[in-house]
Amino acid sequence: MRRPARALRDDGTAGPPLDLRPIRKAGLRGLITILKERWDRPVFLALASVSLIALGLILFFIFREAAPILRETGLSGFFGTHWNPTGSPASYGALPMIAGSALVTVAALVLAIPLGFAAAAFIAEVAPRWMKDVAKSILELLAGVPSVIYGFFGLMIVAPAFQRAFGLSTGRTALTASVILGIMALPTIASLAEDALTAVPNSYREASMALGASRWQTIRRVTFPAAFSGLIGAAILGMGRAVGETMAVLMVAGNAPQITASLLRPVRTLTSAIALEMGETAMGSTHYHALFALGVVLLIIALVTNGLAEWFRGRLARKHGR
Amino acid sequence: MIAQVTSEGQRRKRIAQRIAFALLTLSTVSAFVALGAILYSMISNGVSALSWQFLSEFPRKMMTEGGIYPALVGSLYLTVGAVLLSLPFAVASAIWLSAYSRGGLWVRVIRVGVNSLAGVPSIVFGLLGLAFFVKVLGLGVSLLAGALTLALLILPILIRAGEEALQAVPMNFREGALALGATKWHAVRTVVLPTAIPGILTGVILGVSRAIGETAPIMFTAAAFYMSRLPETLSDKVMALPYHIFVMATESPNYYKTRNLQFGAALVLLGMVLLMNLGAVTWRARVRRRKQW
Repeated sequence: MRRPARALRDDGTAGPPLDLRPIRKAGLRGLITILKERWDRPVFLALASVSLIALGLILFFIFREAAPILRETGLSGFFGTHWNPTGSPASYGALPMIAGSALVTVAALVLAIPLGFAAAAFIAEVAPRWMKDVAKSILELLAGVPSVIYGFFGLMIVAPAFQRAFGLSTGRTALTASVILGIMALPTIASLAEDALTAVPNSYREASMALGASRWQTIRRVTFPAAFSGLIGAAILGMGRAVGETMAVLMVAGNAPQITASLLRPVRTLTSAIALEMGETAMGSTHYHALFALGVVLLIIALVTNGLAEWFRGRLARKHGR
Repeated sequence: MIAQVTSEGQRRKRIAQRIAFALLTLSTVSAFVALGAILYSMISNGVSALSWQFLSEFPRKMMTEGGIYPALVGSLYLTVGAVLLSLPFAVASAIWLSAYSRGGLWVRVIRVGVNSLAGVPSIVFGLLGLAFFVKVLGLGVSLLAGALTLALLILPILIRAGEEALQAVPMNFREGALALGATKWHAVRTVVLPTAIPGILTGVILGVSRAIGETAPIMFTAAAFYMSRLPETLSDKVMALPYHIFVMATESPNYYKTRNLQFGAALVLLGMVLLMNLGAVTWRARVRRRKQW
């Protein structure tokens, strides 16, 4: 008795018997036809998987290069309060950078969220057609400005101005970084928030106006609450972008690894620590692994904020049946 | 009495609305102001540095004089390389998502992958490039490693643009081709793709403008502080315009002396990126308006 051919799964275990009957029946000619006419679906699927593969590579390599830090400093060492990789003894506490990133990001969002939501409300609800198009193009252009240009602008123009205005010894502070980051996050937040407001069905607005509400009352009490989850999604995505921003922050934040709540002091963020120090470390050293561990922290923040934002935005779409 | 109260309330309502709308307008204007301030400072400080020599000469005297030619060429190489490497996969992904996928788990998984990739910070791409392309694949700090890293970075941008372009092709185009007996691939190749090419090209321009301005991904994978010649092979290091601006502004010993050159380089980069974006946006609008279907 012949055993049925068994398909090998990816993990090497045998799957259910492979159904070869159609091919046997069709014979060699049929097989060639099938190859000729049906090659496209699996090939395109394989090519489409390249983004997944890229994501997998990122996860694998960042984690792999970071893992030795657990052996060398331990988790408590990595989440310590002192970062001094070149001192003796060297210390690799990441908290100053986590605090720096948090401070700069929160301050940037305090600036960018109100401005972004307001700009979104203007574009979606108030502006006449032509102004809407102009404002959207301006936001798109602002979003396209390279981050090194923002950093350069902050370094040459904003930092000296703040230095004079606040009488500081250096203009490169958390405040300067926050302002620049706020401007950078503005187009992201504004255009996503505008999407959210536009997704609210017109019947909501009409019902509100029919009850005698003004357009502003409608925006404030009807459109904004109805778009709430989309707006949250926009804010979270803006946050993710701000945390991950590198060049601009590197150039204007002053890069002192200290834990502070003062915006007028220099701070070092997760991204700027990696960019600043990776060039000076030997591959495979503890310092090198510690920098990759900072990358892990960044990657986790980015993936979580991205996932949350998608979920909130999807919730809005489901709610309004689109 | 009642009428009076109502009109008082309505007056208030109107004033509140006027104030609120003024604030909303002002917030939108702040975006204009930001863009204007950046543009103005780059132009007013940098335009005097611009000349044909500035674009066509190597830097001289420890980069305190001369031009940005090798940085321009390096950025061009990196960007063209990234797009060439990324585009086939991006178009194939877009074709699969728009024509072959039947919904269900795989589509969702791949979409999550694309969206997550778009959200990965650019410095993390740099880390991947260092750990994988430079170290594991042994490419070293090179043009090829940098182009590969940038290719991954712009992949989601190109996929989204490609998918949008393909989905804008009306269903009855496909159906017409299929009704004539074309296989799916034949329909895609002869009808859908050619119709979608202007949209895909818009995406390419946006991808180029993104790749040309990125600094963090090439810092450890491709960029050189200074080179006395142009890169000749794929394994050479390259100078790149954004990295050049960064080092001139922060690490060069004579950074104050070269202020004018720095603004000039920044103006060139900003000008290229804004022109490309503007071109893509207006072209897209024109293609949309011209569509006859």
